[in-house]
Amino acid sequence: MIVVSDDVRLEIAADTDIVEARGEGRALAARLGFSRTDATLIATAISEIGRNILHHAGRGEVSIAEAADDHLLGIEVVARDRGPGIADVEQALSEGYASGNGLGLGLPGAKRLMDEFSIETEIGRGTTVTMRKWRERDALERLGDRSRRHG
Amino acid sequence: MPVPILKQGSYLIASIQAALTDGEVLELRDDLADRIGRFRSRGIIIDVAALDVIDSFVARSLRTIARTAALRGAATVIVGIQPDVAVAMVQFRLNLEPLHTALDLEEALALLDRHKERA
Repeated sequence: MIVVSDDVRLEIAADTDIVEARGEGRALAARLGFSRTDATLIATAISEIGRNILHHAGRGEVSIAEAADDHLLGIEVVARDRGPGIADVEQALSEGYASGNGLGLGLPGAKRLMDEFSIETEIGRGTTVTMRKWRERDALERLGDRSRRHG
Repeated sequence: MPVPILKQGSYLIASIQAALTDGEVLELRDDLADRIGRFRSRGIIIDVAALDVIDSFVARSLRTIARTAALRGAATVIVGIQPDVAVAMVQFRLNLEPLHTALDLEEALALLDRHKERA
């Protein structure tokens, strides 16, 4: 079971919003005990999906939340837009697919930076990208959790 | 905020201070292209140590700047990519080629000097 705590929601309507969103992601990753390198991977993935929103939909939102199950602690990032949608998701996730920016690295790149990555999309309705990154919880963290639950 | 550009001999040094907006990237490109002509510069060093994220937009921008500079007769070296940023770029498979990179300013200057001797 995955428990997701309250999220931070950020409007994405300009490139400065992307800087803010990845800052939030990095801060939460640090609070959750991710390494500096993992925090940078998460921030980079948020940056990419934020750019994707701006490029294809013009505006949208990114929400960032804590996720947890018994053995793992993680961060969940959801990017939503009401843009044109993606006609061929498989193609959008394939290497070197030339999207609007002519580079086509965004989505497949973000996918490689995270542990889980999924896309829901409907033509004319919009796109939702959900991605998660996990880390193992150590014994002490699990113990603290149990005593909170029972205490 | 525009990126400050210093002139050091026949080289230009641009130190990016914070994440760049799209507009600032284009401004930097045009600024550098202009100054290469004005100062007859043979090399450009772009310091990205302050960037905590290099995503596909930033990578593409740096390549655009380097290609523009190359057409104006100057080589470009990127310096100061942070260790965690380097890891992310590898995992992302972001490629800075054909850009030259160096660890720091000193290495970049040495690289440009060798480049100039060969030319």
